[in-house]
Amino acid sequence: MLDVLRNYDVLGAFWVTIQLTVLSAIGALVLGTIVAILRVSPVAVLRALGTSYVNSFRNTPLTLLMVFSILGATYILGLSLAQDSKGNIFRWAVVALSVYHAAFVCEALRSGVNTVPAGQAEAARSIGLTFGQSLREVILPQAFRSAIAPLGSTLIALTKNTTVAAVIGGTEAAGLMSEVVENETGSITVFLVFAIGFVIITLPMGILFTSLSRRLAVKR
Amino acid sequence: MSSPTAVLFDAPGPKARRRHAVLTALGAVLVALTLWVVLRKMSEAQQLQSTMWTPFLHGEAWREYLLPGLWGTVKAAGISIVLAGIFGLLFGVGRLSAVAPVRWVSGVVVEFFRAVPVLIMMIFAFNVYVFNAVFPSTLNPLAAVVTGLTLYNGSVLAELVRSGVHSLPTGQSEAGLSIGLTPGQVLRSIQLPQALTAMLPALIGQMVVILKDSALGYQITYLDLLNWSKTLGSNYANTVPAYIVAAVLFIVINFSLTVLARRVEQWLSSRGSGIESTAALETTVIGATVTVVPHGHVADEREPR
Repeated sequence: MLDVLRNYDVLGAFWVTIQLTVLSAIGALVLGTIVAILRVSPVAVLRALGTSYVNSFRNTPLTLLMVFSILGATYILGLSLAQDSKGNIFRWAVVALSVYHAAFVCEALRSGVNTVPAGQAEAARSIGLTFGQSLREVILPQAFRSAIAPLGSTLIALTKNTTVAAVIGGTEAAGLMSEVVENETGSITVFLVFAIGFVIITLPMGILFTSLSRRLAVKR
Repeated sequence: MSSPTAVLFDAPGPKARRRHAVLTALGAVLVALTLWVVLRKMSEAQQLQSTMWTPFLHGEAWREYLLPGLWGTVKAAGISIVLAGIFGLLFGVGRLSAVAPVRWVSGVVVEFFRAVPVLIMMIFAFNVYVFNAVFPSTLNPLAAVVTGLTLYNGSVLAELVRSGVHSLPTGQSEAGLSIGLTPGQVLRSIQLPQALTAMLPALIGQMVVILKDSALGYQITYLDLLNWSKTLGSNYANTVPAYIVAAVLFIVINFSLTVLARRVEQWLSSRGSGIESTAALETTVIGATVTVVPHGHVADEREPR
């Protein structure tokens, strides 16, 4: 096990995994919140826009988005996000991960919105708040707090899904692993090193989000 | 208003109607602008010419590429869901076992395979099969895809079995025990049948996850829909249209499965056999209908994998 860690830059690869996770999580949270607002808005066109976003990206394989970002968007359409190919791959991976997981963030938030009692929204309306104000001041703060658990499982899934960047030559954990496991003729040690790496990253996340969801839950 | 989101906003007055009209126009402009940028980019790259799209109107592209691709995807997903079902049942029951070591081992196995990315498992399984010549070499990619999908989704299903049994009313098992059944018999003939029926929508939902994840086989040279679309794209020199068609196929299949899952769920709860507590609770408090399930296991807002 130490041999693997000594001979290959495992920590470096996991550092890329963490960078991908953090950047994509921010992207997915922002985009997902916007889509969620679209989906509950009073304007039918915007609602339809949000719904078709979620239905499209939730049902497309992430692998397809990743492969398309390089073979389609970069090579054919000429949409390069960086000068060097490594930077381009990294940035497209962040874009694909954000776009894909935003659909799940939206659904998590919507389930959070559903836990807010109707009386809250009615009270907000009856004191004259507009749709935007009642969403901002009353509904969304409560929705976020009760959506912590599903948002947490989305983040954990996102962390694991960063491995999909390996299909476009990302230098994160799974990319390095394909190389190493081939050199080491399929040794189980290599698998365990990488598998345990992911357990080390995702386990604290799970514990943190479970305790957060308990502490921040709106008492009703 | 009859719209399910009506509780968030009033029936609009004259001002609000004007605001909504502006927002509608803005939304339409945004959609049109996005479409225009995409189409312009595509036409600049000569991806809009009719020669790029006509292959999809002829039988050859379907016969030679897309149908074999779909078959590859469906084959891998079909085998995996069956094996994952067996795996899930074994380890789900294992986690409910009265024997503590069996419980621990099942718990560790399930938690481990849920925490490890599917792609990592596929790559490892592929290399193991290749270097040890476990299968005939043409079968290695399929076997590796099925291995990865089975271990991950089996673990997810095991958790569903466990939470399904746990969420049954305790009266069910008490009644069984009081008529003299052993705990094993109670599990087999009372708890599992109810839990498994209630699981049906979630199982269909998991099928969507499996179908999407089978595309990961791309990395280990498995010939699924994605891989065949790539070949199609390079043979007809229409890469972008090929991926778009593949995406549409995936979306149509998965969306139909999601709708089916919702139908089954409604059918189950309309049967009213006391199992709706384990299935998703349909709540329409605020916002559109979203299914919220107790233990964080959600049929509709399934995990992104």
